Amino acid sequence: MSAQQVLFDAPGPRAKRRILVGNIVGVLFVLGLIAWVIFALAGQGQLDAAKWTPFLEARTWQFFILPGLLSTLQAAAVAVVTSIVFGLIFGVGRLSHVLPIRWLAGVIVEFLRAVPVLLMMIFLWLALARIEAVEDPIFAAVVIALTLYNGSVIAELVRSGVHGLPKGQREAGMAIGMTRGQSLRSIEIPQALVAMLPAMVSQFVVILKDSALGYIIGYAELLQFSRRLGVGEGNLLQALLIAAVIFILINFALSSLANRLSGYLSFRTARKPKKDNTKKVVAMDATNTLS
Amino acid sequence: MDSFLSLFAEYDVPGAFWVNIQLTFWAAIWSFLLGAILALMRISPIASLQWFGAAYVNIFRNTPLTVIIAFGILGLWGQLNVILAEDFDLNFLRLAIMGLSIYHAAFVCEAIRSGVNTVPLGQAEAARAIGLSFLPAARLIIFPQALRGAVAPLGNVLIALTKNSTVAFAGSVVESSNLMKEMIEFRGDLVIPIFLIFAMGFVIIVVPVGLLTTWLSKKLAVSR
Repeated sequence: MSAQQVLFDAPGPRAKRRILVGNIVGVLFVLGLIAWVIFALAGQGQLDAAKWTPFLEARTWQFFILPGLLSTLQAAAVAVVTSIVFGLIFGVGRLSHVLPIRWLAGVIVEFLRAVPVLLMMIFLWLALARIEAVEDPIFAAVVIALTLYNGSVIAELVRSGVHGLPKGQREAGMAIGMTRGQSLRSIEIPQALVAMLPAMVSQFVVILKDSALGYIIGYAELLQFSRRLGVGEGNLLQALLIAAVIFILINFALSSLANRLSGYLSFRTARKPKKDNTKKVVAMDATNTLS
Repeated sequence: MDSFLSLFAEYDVPGAFWVNIQLTFWAAIWSFLLGAILALMRISPIASLQWFGAAYVNIFRNTPLTVIIAFGILGLWGQLNVILAEDFDLNFLRLAIMGLSIYHAAFVCEAIRSGVNTVPLGQAEAARAIGLSFLPAARLIIFPQALRGAVAPLGNVLIALTKNSTVAFAGSVVESSNLMKEMIEFRGDLVIPIFLIFAMGFVIIVVPVGLLTTWLSKKLAVSR
C-alpha cells in the first residue's frame, strides 16, 4: 500500500471540520513545543548574542568547523572506497560455488555485522598503536572499523542483489556457454550493482554518521572540533548544534539522492518481490540508514 | 590460560554487558512508544502532524548517534543542568537511554510505516466498503496486519540498538566498550583475547535476537 491516503475515505464536510480542528491542535502542539524549547534556552541565557556571534567570524570556520568537517569527510571518503572493495570481494565470496570459500566469507561477514563498530574501533586503535604498524593509528582505526562493518553490509547487498535477479539471467549465461563464474562476473553482478546503487548510497550515510564514533577514540573530526570550539568560546551547546546541523544537511542530501536513484532505477529493476522475501526487501531498502 | 581466566576475576565483564542490556531494554521500550506515536502521526490525515512526524524522522535519522549522546551529556547536563537522577552514574545512564530512544524512535517509526506498506490496498478498501471509519479500520484491519509485517524491520532496529548501546561510552556510561578499553590498556599482553571476549559477547546477544525475529516474522507473516 504505497499510497497511504487510501487509509481514509475522501473526507466529507464533517470529517473536513474534524481534520481542521485536528490540524489546529497539531499546529498549536508543534508551536508549543518550539516555544517551550526557546523559553527554556532563553531562561538559561543560551540565546544570548555572545553565544552565537562566534559563528559569524571567519576564524571559527577556518580553524574549527572546516578542519573538522574535512577530517570527517576524509575518513568517510576513504572508508567508502575501501568498503566497496571489501564488499565486492566478500559478496562474490558468499556467492562462490566452492563451499569452503562461501562458508568462510559467510562466517566473517556475519561476525563483523554482529560486532559493534565502536568495539572494533577501540580495539584497532589500541592494537595498532601498540604494534606501531602505522603512522596514524587513530585514523587507521576509524577507517578500518568503518570498512569492516560497512563492507560486510555491502557484501550482503551484493549477495541479495544477485539473488534478487530473475533466474533466467544466469540460465541465459549458461546457455551461451559461460561458466558460472563468467556469468556471475559479466551478467549478474553488473545488474546487481545497478539494483543496489540506492541502498549503497544509503550506506554512505551510515559511514558518514559512524565516522563520528572517531570522537570517542580522539579522532579530530567535526564533533571533536566543535567540542573544542565550544569549550574555548563557552558556547558548547551552540557548537554541538551547528555540528549536528552540518551532519544533517549532508546526510539529508545523500538520502535524497538515494531516494531519487531508487525512483529513477526502479524501471530498470522493476520486479515483483518474491514471496517470503521480507529480509531481502529490508536489506535493499534505500531509506534504511540504520547502522 | 591462567592469565586469561584471571581477566574475569579482575574485571566484571558480565556486569559491563548487563549495563548494555539495561540500556537496550529501556531504550527499546521508549523508542518503541515514541516511534509508534510518530508512525501514527505520519499516517494520520492531519497535515500538521504528518509534517511533524516527517521532520522528526528526517532530523534524527540523519544525525550521528554519537552527536546525540554527546549532546545529552555536554549540552543537556553540562550546559542546561538537566538532571534525571540524583545519583551521578544513574543520571548519565538515563541521559544515554534518552539519547538512544530519541535516535532509534525515528527508525521504529519507519519500520512500522514499512509494515503498513505491506498491507494490500484492498484491505483498506474492504474496510471502508463495510462501513468502518478511519480509527476502527486502522485498529481492526490495518494495524494487526501492519504490526505482523513490521516484525522483521523492528527486529533489525532492536539488533542495531543493542550494538549502538556501546555508543553510551560517549555519554560517560561505564559499559562494555568502556571496560574493554580499560582492560586492553592495563593488560597489553592479551589484546586479542580481550577483544574476542567482548565481540563474542555481542555475537551471543545479537545472533539469537536475529534468529528469533526472523522466525517470528515468518510465523506471523500474513500469507497472501
